Amino acid sequence: MGKVEVSNLYKIFGNKPKKALEMLNDGATKQEVLEKNGSTVGVNDASFEVEEGEIFVIMGLSGSGKSTLLRCINRLIEPTTGSIKVDGQEVLDFDTEELRKFREKEFGMVFQNFALLPHRTVLENAMFGLEIQNIEKGERERRTKEALDLVGLDGWGDQYPAQLSGGMKQRVGLARALAVDPEILLMDEPFSALDPLIKKEMQNKLLDLYDEMQRTILFITHDLDEALKLGDRIAIMKEGKIIQVGDHEEILTNATNEYVENFVEDVNRSRILTAKDIMSNPVELLYPQDGPRTALHKMKNNGLSSLFVVNRQKKLKGIVYIEDVVDLINSDEDKEFKEIIKEIIRAEPEENLRELFSDIADLNAPLPVVNEDDKLLGVIVKTDVLANLASEGAYDEN
Amino acid sequence: MIKVNNIIQLLTTKIPLGSWVENFVNYLINNFSGPLDGFANIIELMVENFEAILAYPHPLIVIALFALLAWKLKNYRMSIFVALGLGLVLNIQMWDPLLTTLASIITSVVVALVIGIPIGIIKAHNRVIDLITRPILDFMQTIPPFVYLIPALMFFGLGTVSGVIATVVFAIAPPIRLTYLGIQQVDSELKEAGHAFGANWWQILLKIELPGAMPSIMMGINQCIMLSLSMVVIAAMIGAGGLGKPVLRSLSVVDIGLGFEAGLGVVIIAMVLDRMFGRE
Repeated sequence: MGKVEVSNLYKIFGNKPKKALEMLNDGATKQEVLEKNGSTVGVNDASFEVEEGEIFVIMGLSGSGKSTLLRCINRLIEPTTGSIKVDGQEVLDFDTEELRKFREKEFGMVFQNFALLPHRTVLENAMFGLEIQNIEKGERERRTKEALDLVGLDGWGDQYPAQLSGGMKQRVGLARALAVDPEILLMDEPFSALDPLIKKEMQNKLLDLYDEMQRTILFITHDLDEALKLGDRIAIMKEGKIIQVGDHEEILTNATNEYVENFVEDVNRSRILTAKDIMSNPVELLYPQDGPRTALHKMKNNGLSSLFVVNRQKKLKGIVYIEDVVDLINSDEDKEFKEIIKEIIRAEPEENLRELFSDIADLNAPLPVVNEDDKLLGVIVKTDVLANLASEGAYDEN
Repeated sequence: MIKVNNIIQLLTTKIPLGSWVENFVNYLINNFSGPLDGFANIIELMVENFEAILAYPHPLIVIALFALLAWKLKNYRMSIFVALGLGLVLNIQMWDPLLTTLASIITSVVVALVIGIPIGIIKAHNRVIDLITRPILDFMQTIPPFVYLIPALMFFGLGTVSGVIATVVFAIAPPIRLTYLGIQQVDSELKEAGHAFGANWWQILLKIELPGAMPSIMMGINQCIMLSLSMVVIAAMIGAGGLGKPVLRSLSVVDIGLGFEAGLGVVIIAMVLDRMFGRE
């Protein structure tokens, strides 16, 4: 049994939902219903199950009904017909008071535009859910502070939302949801309003938190990258219908219709990353005049097991490994430092990720990226390639 | 031919709107004098008490307290302005009428807010009430105050109570409208967040809607005070005491000096109240 089971859920906005429902059952499209009946179809026959402890992503373009679907689950929007079972309990059977109680203990929700109260401090905002539950003040504060610590906002409690950046505001939103210790987190495009860098950071934060506490998360997004990064399973919505549910592999390799294909293709194109996209600056370099002791010192300082050697023009000369340096220092042989500089393969800046992978697979050092003059532009660490390939590899066959 | 005549006759027959209203007012007076008297008594009691409280200490102490309040609410410059303004009123011997005016204004504003803010809240949550109150508010805001002075007079007789009631009718629209507007303008995502965390109706109102609507409500209160002040002279026509009285008297005896002094009193109290309870 899933944690959340949704079956045959419909939401129709308008005055004549019954008629619209009949039309849908007779095979009318969303557009036809709007023209003939004047009703807007929000959710059209949605059925899916969310397993306990998984991140279930609902993805679709704006207007696809994904936010409506999410709001139906805790009945912020009243579904027209259908069934929603959480832990086997039928949510649609609850009366107002039961529903309120259920929302209190079961759900934490995070909103696209943060939905923080401007007249309250960060602490007071994050405390909101517990305050609603009339939790005693001392415990309320303790739990809220814990939640703020979790999202990395300790010490920010006395600030007001207006003083925070977007990413931090959403951390407060997340802390508010976590403070009530909910069974299910409902997240409505929580990172869509953030800039790409902060977005990535918040995604990682969410994954960290998820690893720590293993909650069931329903996550809405219009961004396939985000869906692939976060989702254990992904449901794709179009015009109120769920048109495909599956894990990454299924979504990317067996796109069931054109819509999903377009989605995936779009991502595919944007995701042809090259060496220069993922390379980073080397933390430290060696120069020809440096001796073995300098090399050892630099390696120790930066915790590296190898260093690239470049000349003054940053032309790559080779690589030095720590074992060789130590050997050289310990041996009595009259060996020159130059002799332990080893040759290494190089990558070009335009080389794409999959080509790089074969190069770097059995290399036990970073891969240097050089231009046509052999000048060092940056280095690529194996984990970078793997991380980027992991999500891309799935559609190699396409 | 006969038909046309009939139609013309029908069109030229005056609808007896005036006598309907008259009958309605008479009906109210005949059947509801008990509750109306009770209401009048409460208002009279309020005005008398406010006046007694304000008149009890020496005027200079009252002025000092006002100056202190201005300092607390705004800044020291405001407190100097308040002290000088009220001092001038004391000097031109308009202090007693000023207190009477102040007492009736406080009463009017309190009554208007106690009735108006809850109506605004209900209006924001209930479409039917919203639709019903809309034309009534338009009516109250645009009908000349003189028109309802007469029924007020008939209900409550000559005196301060009628003045207060007329003032309330005149000044109640802004707190209702601005409370409604303030609540309407609270971000719907905030209310959703409240519901999502299991807040009930009262929690949403007290923790989300009212704090969010506060700037707008404060503006409503400020407007209510200002409109009450603009009724001072009109209320005096039905026997309300205070600064309106000398203004009216100066009109009838053509006493330019007296008129100016009393008028200045109204201006000063208006500015003091506006600056103290208004938003910059």
